[in-house]
Amino acid sequence: MDEALLRGLAPGVLAVLVRRGADFAAAEDAVQDALVEAVRVWPAGTPRDPKGWLVTVAWRRFLDAARSDASRRRREDLVDREPAPGPASPVDDTLRLYFLCAHPALSPSSAVALTLRAVGGLTTRQIAQAYLVPEATMAQRISRAKRTVSKVRLDRPGDVSTVLRVLYLVFNEGYSGDVDLAAEAVRLTRQLAASIDHPEVAGLLALMLLHHARRAARTAPDGSLVPLAEQDRARWDTGAIAEGIAILQAALARDRLGEFQAQAAIAALHADAPTAAETDWVQIVEWYDELARLTGSPVVRLNRAVAVGEADGPRAGLAALAELDAALPRHTAVAAYLHERDGDLATAARLYAEAARKASSPAERDHLTRQAARINARQGP
Amino acid sequence: MAKYLLLKHYRGAPAPVNNVPMDRWTPEEISAHMQYMQDFADRLEKSGEFVDGQALAAEGAWVRYDGEGRPPVTDGPFAETKDLIAGWMVIDVDSYERAVELAGELSAAPGAGGKPIHEWLEVRPFLAAPPTVTE
Repeated sequence: MDEALLRGLAPGVLAVLVRRGADFAAAEDAVQDALVEAVRVWPAGTPRDPKGWLVTVAWRRFLDAARSDASRRRREDLVDREPAPGPASPVDDTLRLYFLCAHPALSPSSAVALTLRAVGGLTTRQIAQAYLVPEATMAQRISRAKRTVSKVRLDRPGDVSTVLRVLYLVFNEGYSGDVDLAAEAVRLTRQLAASIDHPEVAGLLALMLLHHARRAARTAPDGSLVPLAEQDRARWDTGAIAEGIAILQAALARDRLGEFQAQAAIAALHADAPTAAETDWVQIVEWYDELARLTGSPVVRLNRAVAVGEADGPRAGLAALAELDAALPRHTAVAAYLHERDGDLATAARLYAEAARKASSPAERDHLTRQAARINARQGP
Repeated sequence: MAKYLLLKHYRGAPAPVNNVPMDRWTPEEISAHMQYMQDFADRLEKSGEFVDGQALAAEGAWVRYDGEGRPPVTDGPFAETKDLIAGWMVIDVDSYERAVELAGELSAAPGAGGKPIHEWLEVRPFLAAPPTVTE
């Protein structure tokens, strides 16, 4: 009995039921029943077509439930009217599931939870652990999300950018519990990229691979952050970098630029440099200009100021920074760094300490506190 | 999604609008106050935003290391300290605005005369794991 096999099959089975007209919550219940049945029966002999077996059992469960419940007669009528389903590509079904789980009617946290549950096939307990909330809380979040999308009829393809945003949110969450959310996001994005031909999907996959490739080098054994310039590049995953760059180049060649491709291009320029000093900062600034044009995001302009500081010197970076709202997250940290490079150590130390107080993670806070301490030790009392 | 701590203070917070000490409320008013907070927590659990909540005893002590081989120094109960935490609730919400909205709701718990006490709640974000993408 292979649990990973079942987990991999479940979303596809769910997608078939939803396509055949079952509402989302009822379909999910039926799929769960079928999985339980599989765990009971399969040890005696795995069926030749496991997915077909699960679809048959789940669909029968769904019909039983629909028939036994008088208040669900409407749905039964729907089932009766539905023509016998012909063969359909499994790819389209899963795609439909992605769009449903990222529906704009859902809040971001609900969309993320539902995607991990329905498309990722994770258990509620695993998702709750990953987000450090009680299982009951996550169960409620998911069942609310299911109720919300139950009212949605998906007859048109959804909005790809919404799906991508949800996957990006999953990727950014990192690691806790027994699920690595970054790896899970890569897996789901890879699956999405296989079902849909879209340069931004490829762009997001490339971006994730390029960031994921550097993960082992991003933290020291004691858990402290290692800045990009100081990372041991030998520890970067060159396979993932090569794959990310190849996917990105194919996407860029199609000449439909979007924000994820632009972000991936910046990540690729970092990943491509043999040493930090050899980074092509001039090109990175150009990509940040593109990205700022595409998104208008102040966070992008903040990162651009860092790149300008590298390409044209700290004074130019500070000038770019002066045009931005000082209340932006990490604005103070960037200012501290640029002042240090400009030789103004007293200001840099003060700003590092201030940035540490504003940091949003312990690792970031400790890193910035160490920067302030390092400069203060150098300057003397 | 981010977690926030909603801190309720016995003392140390600015005075609430309906500022009547709890021992001057009627028993029914106290029950209504407790029920309001319980209902609030139940509602957050249903919306998938509840993480944890605990009440704290009013009594506590300060403890300090006092050197090798000596018992720790204790000081307290800290009857004279400025700040006393009554309890907390941890929520997991989509935005800071939502956290403030919920804290505002909790602050409307009924007090003396059945009127909202308008107490001040401290809202503090939790430090989180660093995001996967920062550079």
